[in-house]
Amino acid sequence: MSGYQINGTVAEHDEEGYLKDIGEWNTDLAGLIAKSENIEMTPDHWEVVNFLRDYYEEYQIAPAVRILVKEMTKKFGKEKGDQKALYALFPYGPAKQACKIAGLPKPTGCV
Amino acid sequence: MSEQANRKKFLYVNRRAPYGTIYALESLEVVLIGAAFEQDVSLAFIDDGVYQLVAGQDTAGVGMKNFSKTYRALGDYEVRKLYVERESLAERGLTVEDLMPITYEDEDDDYAEKPSIHLTDRSEMARLIAEQDVILSF
Repeated sequence: MSGYQINGTVAEHDEEGYLKDIGEWNTDLAGLIAKSENIEMTPDHWEVVNFLRDYYEEYQIAPAVRILVKEMTKKFGKEKGDQKALYALFPYGPAKQACKIAGLPKPTGCV
Repeated sequence: MSEQANRKKFLYVNRRAPYGTIYALESLEVVLIGAAFEQDVSLAFIDDGVYQLVAGQDTAGVGMKNFSKTYRALGDYEVRKLYVERESLAERGLTVEDLMPITYEDEDDDYAEKPSIHLTDRSEMARLIAEQDVILSF
């Protein structure tokens, strides 16, 4: 089993890089996962990642992209809740990459 | 494109307890995935299926993920019709007060929160089932 090596410990992930144990997540680890995805975290990235973590905490799922867009629009306005803007931040898909960085399991129905 | 013409009435029938088998979780996941297709979706909770919506579930003892909170996300996915059979609740000594409050935001009514759960008599349930295009039973 492979894992992310951080601060002298190893956080296990699955074959696609999703954390095995959401409880091991912290912001340092998020930065490391982002790096492995070639993403430099900015406040805009964190906004999405934190939103996903809150959503997961409340509903125990990662939302589908269109739900993410809809809910981000409600919370942060049209500029943030924009599919294009989200893909600019996470080129391989906001749900897929942002969820991975947020330490969440792969979104339901996401192939 | 005639989206309305392609819109079918889908009913997901849930008849089993939430844990012990994978049916309830599988049903919920199919509902969430299927929501992307923008069909006219309803969920029915019959027999032990009513236990899926009971408030305050604790799965620490059974070693399964407590996915009950996920039912509350259904409103975001525009799944807004959850029909719970009145007789099934009564036979198990439950009332609607024992269920989680599940709501959706009505965008046509200034995002007012409205209840998604509808108590439905057995005879009404039969009528509901009869008018569906597609029925998926779990």
